[in-house]
Amino acid sequence: MNAILLSALWGVVMMFTGLASPHARLHGRMAVVGMALLVVAAWLDLAGISPFGITGGGMLSYGPYESVFIILMAGCALLYLLLSVHVMADGGTGTSDPLALIFFVMTGICIIAGFRSLLMLFLGIEIVSIPLYILSASDKRNLRSNEAALKYFLMGAFSTGVMLMGVTLLYGTHGSFYLEALNIGEEALSPLATAGIVLLLVSMAFKVSAAPFHFWTPDVYDGTPTVFTSFMATIVKGAAFFAFLRLFQDGFGRLHEHWRLLMAFLTAATLIIGNVTAVFQQSVKRMLAYSSIAQAGFMMLALFALNQTARTGIVLYAVSYSLATIGVFAVLARMKDHSFEAFNGMAGRQPLLALLLTVFLLSLAGIPLTAGFFAKYQMIAATLEEGRMVWLAILALLCAVVGVYYYFRVIQAMYFRTGGDAQPEVSKGTRAVLVVTALAVLALGIHPDWLLRFLSY
Amino acid sequence: MPINHYLFLSLALFSIGVAGVLARRNALIVFMCIELMLNAVNLLLVAFSRMHNAAAVALDPASTVGAEAQILVFFIMVVAAAEVTVGLAIIVMMYRNIHSVDINFLNRLKH
Repeated sequence: MNAILLSALWGVVMMFTGLASPHARLHGRMAVVGMALLVVAAWLDLAGISPFGITGGGMLSYGPYESVFIILMAGCALLYLLLSVHVMADGGTGTSDPLALIFFVMTGICIIAGFRSLLMLFLGIEIVSIPLYILSASDKRNLRSNEAALKYFLMGAFSTGVMLMGVTLLYGTHGSFYLEALNIGEEALSPLATAGIVLLLVSMAFKVSAAPFHFWTPDVYDGTPTVFTSFMATIVKGAAFFAFLRLFQDGFGRLHEHWRLLMAFLTAATLIIGNVTAVFQQSVKRMLAYSSIAQAGFMMLALFALNQTARTGIVLYAVSYSLATIGVFAVLARMKDHSFEAFNGMAGRQPLLALLLTVFLLSLAGIPLTAGFFAKYQMIAATLEEGRMVWLAILALLCAVVGVYYYFRVIQAMYFRTGGDAQPEVSKGTRAVLVVTALAVLALGIHPDWLLRFLSY
Repeated sequence: MPINHYLFLSLALFSIGVAGVLARRNALIVFMCIELMLNAVNLLLVAFSRMHNAAAVALDPASTVGAEAQILVFFIMVVAAAEVTVGLAIIVMMYRNIHSVDINFLNRLKH
């Protein structure tokens, strides 16, 4: 509860900082301090220390699992801010307002991490979405940013309407918004309740960009200014998956048999479409957009399996995917040309940067010794533990192999080609943060138990 | 009046909204159709709230069952207002740049 209060208040503080001072450096420092405080506040939640006696009336509850997740997401957001505030300052969009919006998104993330009632799920998802519409539109004179914002807004508002209809139909049959009241098993499976569950599934699939509801993702991620794509595609997506898993585990877990097959088809479609389309992209930014659909496919495996391994695995996956993608986007945001050719020969010009990028891309591809390997391993192990529909695990392995191809295209361009001219200007401080991020990716890849033992409550 | 009537009315309104979002090309009209979907939900929530309340009051006259659905209606109104603010701003921004509010503009980003 500390985390919700602090992030909402700090968003307001950031807005007033913008009024009080025009200096972008100050805004950046304030934001970094705020995010560090948010990590501390979430830590206090974990320790059970709360100066305010707010309980949320049972609509929100934070156990160790949820608090650890919020700490991790705030930690990723801290790294993201350290890497991005300079780029925001150069982007000409102002710094204090986007930073305030990012804090409001964090408020929404804290809410959807701990919801126990569909009312809070709806509010949390909207608090996350509405600031993101503004962030995607922040490059006002760029038509691509306009287009991304309009598309994202219309799709987001539409899926919110669908979600609300699902919530209402479930309320009609159960008379409650609480997850405990919804999870009563087969006797509740009336046509209205079934329609409600399907509508909720569709709207959450929209939010996490699972196929066949993924079509907005590449355009929106491509058109949004790169600094903000980095935030949308990583931390927000991880949190949306966390809420998705919580809804279907705690809300509809007893009906698992009935929707398992539907989820398996969604997962398979997401894996295939994401991975195969990513192969054909000419721009690294667009390739990363399709790769985010592909990685969503792997996270969907947790929803299919719905066991303890999936529960801990999805947090590991969200963190390892966020860290690696934030790293790649941090470099991409400092380049003007986003094509594969721009990376040609980067190893010669910027050896350290090329090495760090290689670590991130290897992690995304799921190569051993990086965090991405254990994340993918946990997802596939969770699927196999279920013992049914083993074809889904085999399909996931095949798709991981396809994924190696398009991530390695970038590595190949950096080390084995020549002639590119991209010179991303990366300051010393940014380099240091990138090194820390890469070390975190490697540490989780060598010893994932450091994280997993916190999650197995 | 039986609950079915409310159910059919709001599902019809919701379907009109969905059909409008899928078929219309004008961003403002698409937006209005989304609002129609949200209002169909509001209507149904109030109807369900009354239904659960009537069932509970028959057993205990002081019962407040069903109040939470009405609270959700207020939240939906507030969120819809926030969405209108941001959505209209985006549409105005688009109109300033291309002097049109046609959704077909959205296909430019596909390579």
